Order: sequence, then structure tokens, then C-alpha cells
Amino acid sequence: MSTETILEIKHVDRTYIDTNDNTVEALRDVSLTVRRGEFISIIGSSGCGKTTLLRLIAGLDAPEAGSLRIDGAEITGTDPHRGYVFQQGSLFPWLTVQQNIASGLKARHVYRRQKADVAEYIELIGMRGFEKSYPHQISGGMAQRVAIARALINRPDALLLDDPMGALDSFTRADIQDKLLELWRRDKTTMILVTHDVDEAIYLSDRIAVMTPRPGKISEIKEVKLPHPRDRGGAEFLSLRRDILEKLHLASAHPEPEYSI
Amino acid sequence: MSYFSKIREALQKEPQARPLPGRGAPQNVSNLRFTTLTVFTVLGLIAAIVVNRTVPQIADVEIEPYRVGASLDININGLYVSVLSGVILLYLGIAVFSFLDQDRRRKFIERAPFRFAVGLVLAVWDVLGTKFLLLPQPFFPGPARILEPFLMEPGYILQQILYSLRLFACGFVIGASAGILTGILIGWFPKVYYWVQPVLKISGVIPAVAWMPFALTLLPTPFGAAVFLITICQWFPIASLTAQGIQSTPKTHFEVARTLGAKTPYLVFRVAIPHAMPQIFTGISIANGFTFTTLVMVEMMGQPGGLGYYINASKVWSAYYKVFAAILIMAILFSLILWVLSLVESRVLRWQRGLVKQ
Ligand SMILES: Nc1ncnc2c1ncn2[C@@H]1O[C@H](COP(=O)(O)OP(=O)(O)OP(=O)(O)O)[C@@H](O)[C@H]1O
Ligand SMILES: [Mg+2]
Repeated sequence: MSTETILEIKHVDRTYIDTNDNTVEALRDVSLTVRRGEFISIIGSSGCGKTTLLRLIAGLDAPEAGSLRIDGAEITGTDPHRGYVFQQGSLFPWLTVQQNIASGLKARHVYRRQKADVAEYIELIGMRGFEKSYPHQISGGMAQRVAIARALINRPDALLLDDPMGALDSFTRADIQDKLLELWRRDKTTMILVTHDVDEAIYLSDRIAVMTPRPGKISEIKEVKLPHPRDRGGAEFLSLRRDILEKLHLASAHPEPEYSI
Repeated sequence: MSYFSKIREALQKEPQARPLPGRGAPQNVSNLRFTTLTVFTVLGLIAAIVVNRTVPQIADVEIEPYRVGASLDININGLYVSVLSGVILLYLGIAVFSFLDQDRRRKFIERAPFRFAVGLVLAVWDVLGTKFLLLPQPFFPGPARILEPFLMEPGYILQQILYSLRLFACGFVIGASAGILTGILIGWFPKVYYWVQPVLKISGVIPAVAWMPFALTLLPTPFGAAVFLITICQWFPIASLTAQGIQSTPKTHFEVARTLGAKTPYLVFRVAIPHAMPQIFTGISIANGFTFTTLVMVEMMGQPGGLGYYINASKVWSAYYKVFAAILIMAILFSLILWVLSLVESRVLRWQRGLVKQ
């Protein structure tokens, strides 16, 4: 892994006004540097601003203060070089699995040239035989795999994943995690994963940014120096896990039991 | 893929494997039951034929033969029996075709009592309307008499059908395209919405025929005027439902497309319009309801042809059997139009199958 910086976030603020006219400080003074090719996770409890941060990186939203730079250039809008996988249910319901995966190529007018990639990615995510199915005919886990393939077929420099496995059972989740690692190693894409599952973060990432809520900020960054494949029951894994959970619990006034397995 | 397999595919309810029969699954239809009910289906029609052939003509009714083709002479009773026989053969054909498929079997026998009743009603009507002439004449001719125009002036009737069809086709193509286009513009551009939506809302409630005086004076031909009125019928409902469909597109769909590198044309044509498709089809079917009404009214009031014109012209001569013939044709013609459109719809919206409650 190089130490070259791909993304630099500096002192970013983002405040929402909710329906009751209250201001919600979703992000305050958030800074983060992401290295090219690394797998970084952003972990935090529900509502701490993870999606908000990821949307800023994607260019779907703009900050009130601070700057986000990708390859040195200010982020001003969306760009297919930054792929995005939404939290859930983002497939186009009127397109088949195959057409959904191809939609990135079609949007960029390169479908004719890169048609062959579609079959390749269908194979990669293990969806052979489901090419002609519509999104409502496949399972949630399959749908997220398709969403990942749809973003990756554009060969982005960075893939932003907004808790893509959050709504899935642990078996399906483990399955997709391995797929993700495989794709990461294959394409050397920079991965920025939002999650609220500590095990997932440790299993996958080189570094973990721990976010704390109200106001949302990054309180700590942990390096994970374990070799792949990682043993979820290993001593180092478990101590890191305890460490991160503690940080999260300290941060929230009312501890949330959802982190236990 | 052949045309027929396409239609068959469009007609299939579920493209995926059917669920295995579980508890509450529909009962299988046994061979015996299916055969019995098939016989039952055509029995009423057979009765109608038997009645027509055996009951003597008591009342003094003129039944004259018409020459069809080079040498065939046929009167109204002959045609009536032929039509009934044709329908019987059609049902038997469907029965044979449905024999191997439980779903088709079930669907076919479901209609058996109704079809039986239709046959009986025809038989009674034949006796009252033609054989004994007990119904008030000339308002209620017998069923065989209604078929007389098809022997008397088939070419002329065909001409009227083609006139109506041409009128519908022109109005539909222009009106639906204009409606979809305006709908997209209203749905996409807030400025257009601001200026056009109120106009659409107000003028949408006005029945199209109210514009008839203007249409007739402003457009050079009566046909053009009729097309204009039908265009209006199509335009308003389709435009407002298309606009609704575009506006209700979830924001995430656009965001997904943008992160994939999509620009505005893609967002309009590959995201907003596909999302609006179900509503566009709803608009079309609402519009068709208005259109059929308007079509017939316009034809009755100022067209040189068409089924509405035929009704009006026949009424003048008290030829009510011709009026009934025209009504019969309309029922078949308009149903056919709706059927074709529903085929197109289920093809275009096949992604919705199993997703929404039908
Ligand atoms: N469009 C919005 N308008 C108003 N408030 C918002 C909006 N989006 C997010 N918020 C608020 O900002 C805060 C952070 O939201 P965000 O969606 O980033 O959380 P999250 O960390 O992704 O949570 P989760 O894990 O549940 O997805 C929350 O308190 C939320 O209520
Ligand atoms: Mg979120």
C-alpha cells in the first residue's frame, strides 16, 4: 500500500435544520486523510453522521465549512471515479440485474465498448443465472452484491460504501465481506466503508475511523495490522474489538446493545 | 422471438417458476369435470341454434336471402346460426388448447355458467324478437335481424369501421405523444410546471366536445376537427399523470444515477420516464374512456363517416337493427383496442409483475 493521499478532508462542518426548526450538527470539524488503495472504515452509532460524511465525499452534498479534496482537487459534484453503494434498495426496479449492472456503462456512454465487463462482474459476484431477474425477485444480499458490481464496473478510484450489509443476516454479511475483500485485492480500489458493526470494520479494514455523535466528529483512528484472512476469534482481533466498543460506549450517553453478536 | 411467443410471454402472469401447490392452492380440475363443463359452456349456444332451426316462424317477418360471393345465398337465420357455430367452435378450440394446463382449465371453466346463460338468453330473445315478434318493433329486433346489415351492406360498414379507426388512431398518436411530452416538461421543469399546470388543471375538467363549435369552424375539415377533439381528450389526462409520475421519482434514483456518471438526458429518459411509465399507462386508459365517448359523439354530430355517423343515419330511417349492429361493432372494436394496449402495457411494465398488487 502506498502512502500517497487520495482524499483529504479538512475541518468540515455540516448542519441540518430539521422539521421542528432545530439545528442538528451532523458533522463538526471533521478531518480525515485517506491513502490511495487502503480499506478504511468509518464506524459509529446510528445518527452520528456517517452517511452525511459519505455523501459529502461523493459530492451529493456540500459542506458549510471546510474542504474536501480528491487527488488535490476540490470536490464539487458527483463523479463516476467515486463509486457509491447506498445503504439499501438502490437498484432501479425497472431494470434486470444485468441491466442494472450495465447502467453505469450506459450512463457514461461506454456500454458498447465495455459490454463484456457486465458478464464478468455478474460472474464475480456470483449472480450467474439471475441476469434476467428483476430486483424484487432477488434477495437483499443479492441486491447489495449487484449494487456493488454496478458501482465497480465503472472502475472507480474509490468506492464509497454506506453500510451496504447493515440490513443483512450475519451469514450473508460474511459472504459479501469476503467478496468485497476479493474485489478490493483484484482492482486495488480505495474502499471507504461506513458501518456500525465493529467486527465488520476490523475484519475488513486497514484503518478504522471511530465517529462519535452530537456533534458528529471523528474521535479516533485505529490501525489494524492483522494479516488477511483475519480470524474473528483471535486474541488481537478481540482486544481491538473491546477497545473500539469502549470508545463507542463512552461516547454515547445510553449504551446501545446492538454491537453484541 | 416470434410474434406469438412474445404475446404468450406477455400474457403469462409470472415469468419465474410458479410456487408449488401448498395449502390453499387451487384445486386441480379433473378430466371429467373439465369435459362436463366444456359441454355445459357450449350447451346454451347449441340450444340457441336448435331453437332457431326448429321453432316455426309464427309472426309475419320478411326474411330474404342475400347473395354472398358468386353463388352462395344466405339469409339472416343462416348467418346467425353460422356465427353461433363459429363461437361454439372457438370455445371448443380453446377447451382443447386448455386441456393440458391446469391454470388454463380453471380459467376456462370459470366462465361456463355465464356462457351457458348467454346462449339461453339468445334463444329466448330469438323466439320473442323474431319468431313471435312480441317485442316492440322496430326498437327491439331479434338477434338474427341485428346481423342483417352485415349481409346487406358489409362494404359500407367496413368503411365506417375504418373511418372510426383512422380517427381514433390519429387522435391517439397525436394526443398521447403531446400528452407525454407536455407531462415530461411539466414534471421536469419547475418553470413549466408553474405556468402550464394551472392551465392544464382548469381545462382538464372541460369535456372535449365543448370545444366542438370552435373545432368545426377553425379547422379546415370535419375530420381534422374530430382529430383535434380526440387529441384534447388524450392530452389532458396523459399529461397530468405523466407529470405526476416524473415528479414522484424518488430522489435516491437520481442520486444513484449521478454517482454512476449520468448526465441530465440519462436522468430524464432512463430514470424519470421509466419510473413514470405505470402512471403514463394509467393516463392512457383514463384518456381512452373519454376518447371513445367523444369519438362517437363527434361522429354523430358532424362527420361524413364512422360508426357514430352510421348510427345517426340509420336512426333517421328507424333502422334500429343497424343501430344495434353498430353498437355490437363498437363493443368489439373498443375492447380490441383496450386489449392491444393492455398487451403493450404488460410488456412494458413486466418489471412490475409480482411487485404490485394487481
Ligand atoms: N436531510 C436531513 N435533514 C435533517 N436532518 C438530517 C438530514 N439527514 C441527516 N440528518 C440528521 O443528521 C444526523 C446524522 O445523520 P446520518 O444520516 O449522517 O447518520 P448515520 O450515521 O448515517 O446513521 P445510520 O447509521 O442510522 O445510517 C442525524 O441526527 C439525522 O437526524
Ligand atoms: Mg446512514
